[in-house]
Amino acid sequence: MPLTLDARDQALLDGTAGPAAALAMRVVVRTAESMEAEHLLDITGAHIDSCLYHGQAGLDFAQRLAGDGAQVSVPTTLNVSSLDLLHPELYRGDDHTRDQARALMNAYEAMGCEPTWTCAPYQMDARPRLGEHVAWAESNAIVFANAVLGARTHRYGDFLDIAAAITGRAPAAGLHLDSARHATIAFDVSAVPAKLLDLDVAYPVIGHHIGKLVGSAVPVIVGAPAGLSEDRLKGVGSAGASSGSLAMFHVVGSTPEAPDLETACGGRVPTDRHMITAADLRTARDQLTNSTKANLGAISLGTPHYSVPEFARLIELLGDRRIHPDVHAYVNTGRSVAHELDLRGWSTRLADAGVQLVTDTCTYITPVMADIHGTAMTDSAKWAYYAPGNLGLDVAFGSVEDCVESAIRGEVVRNEGVWADA
Amino acid sequence: MLKATRTLIAGEAHGEILELDEPLSFWGGFESETGTIIDQAHPQVGQSLVGKIVMMTVGRGSSSASSVLAEAIRDGNAPAALILQESDEVIVLGAIVADEMYRTVMPILLVDDATYRDIASLTAAQVSADGQIDQR
Repeated sequence: MPLTLDARDQALLDGTAGPAAALAMRVVVRTAESMEAEHLLDITGAHIDSCLYHGQAGLDFAQRLAGDGAQVSVPTTLNVSSLDLLHPELYRGDDHTRDQARALMNAYEAMGCEPTWTCAPYQMDARPRLGEHVAWAESNAIVFANAVLGARTHRYGDFLDIAAAITGRAPAAGLHLDSARHATIAFDVSAVPAKLLDLDVAYPVIGHHIGKLVGSAVPVIVGAPAGLSEDRLKGVGSAGASSGSLAMFHVVGSTPEAPDLETACGGRVPTDRHMITAADLRTARDQLTNSTKANLGAISLGTPHYSVPEFARLIELLGDRRIHPDVHAYVNTGRSVAHELDLRGWSTRLADAGVQLVTDTCTYITPVMADIHGTAMTDSAKWAYYAPGNLGLDVAFGSVEDCVESAIRGEVVRNEGVWADA
Repeated sequence: MLKATRTLIAGEAHGEILELDEPLSFWGGFESETGTIIDQAHPQVGQSLVGKIVMMTVGRGSSSASSVLAEAIRDGNAPAALILQESDEVIVLGAIVADEMYRTVMPILLVDDATYRDIASLTAAQVSADGQIDQR
């Protein structure tokens, strides 16, 4: 069945609402055709990744839309940009790129998007509910929306996000449909020691491992403790969306569309079932470290943006200790969480301990980190995956506990105890 | 005759065949200014994709790949065409917007596994707007 447009869609396409809406609708329609959608559907919100500067093409597109008067038709949040507007002194890039990046941010604000500048829009008060259709871009946000919130977005790239926000429409295809959301491959973690599954660090490692195996399939994880925290699920999703194309997953007993294995699989339990061992996870963990240098130059936490509970853990681990003077410590977060830190008095405590907050952007996508001598350590599988290529850094992956202890001592220390049996 | 099962972006192209050993994320794994693979973990890191018919089974990684690919197409540092086994909207969007903004078309074809292997065995090929792939 070819794509059928309703009268409103056709009117937008025909230019009755102006050239910007027509261009946006052409992008939606061409995407829908590539997905073999039979019609479009209404969305209740959008999250825009296109506001991060990658060159002239993205700016040309945004300025064409904004210049022709486009406005979003649904509530729309903005992903991280290339600039930290709250800490502009951190920026170490060239002036031209900064100006282009700012122009891009201005274009999206001019179209009526909220200047949220976070990759974790799901940490804000207003977030989509179970069954709501949205158009989200940014790989970690997509997988969180689908898996953890039970909202429905396909794995969209840049450009469709704003095109959908302007038109209020998205293709009725892919992960918007029940059939595509059912798991077709199962991963059983019940053989992994409970003491490892009790640690936050296990979850990005599980995500990294699964992401490399699933391609674009939807996996279900069984054998994990029930009621996993949103931060642990964030860890699985963001890692799997970096090592692979993970856009939806289920964890039986933790995610809203997986009360049991049968439901997660749409009644057809997959024969494709993989046992994950502690040895698999150790191998996956080791893949996230490319540094052999013992001296530590930096730690970077908060990719995706750190949540309030993650900051609570960081504050607890720091106690009244300070970061080693040779170590740069960065934590990326969104403005709404940064505001909460202020209210709790944590911003001052973090600053006193020598921790630099980075908002609106992230340390691995724009030059904000100082010159780093030695290993850069992180608790994020996503950061560990991208930082060597993006920043040319030697990276070590570890738990947040390892990162904090290392940052205080000025050298890489890792508690191998829990991994020793693996 | 080698034929795509679906044409995601229709157009004509020719070039050397380059089969990627692993999927590549155009964002973080590829540099639009040079058209080369920069993912340190990718087996073909350093390889140029410029003007080649690039084959990979599936896409991978960041949503920003659309922007990076559109910029590479605008700047003349993109593959001549892409051949995939599974549709990937992130990649397709980069090509759609480059076409809309600059009228520069980078064809994207979907093929089945057997056709994929046949194409991979060629040194160079030509892609037609109807999705046909011929040795060149």
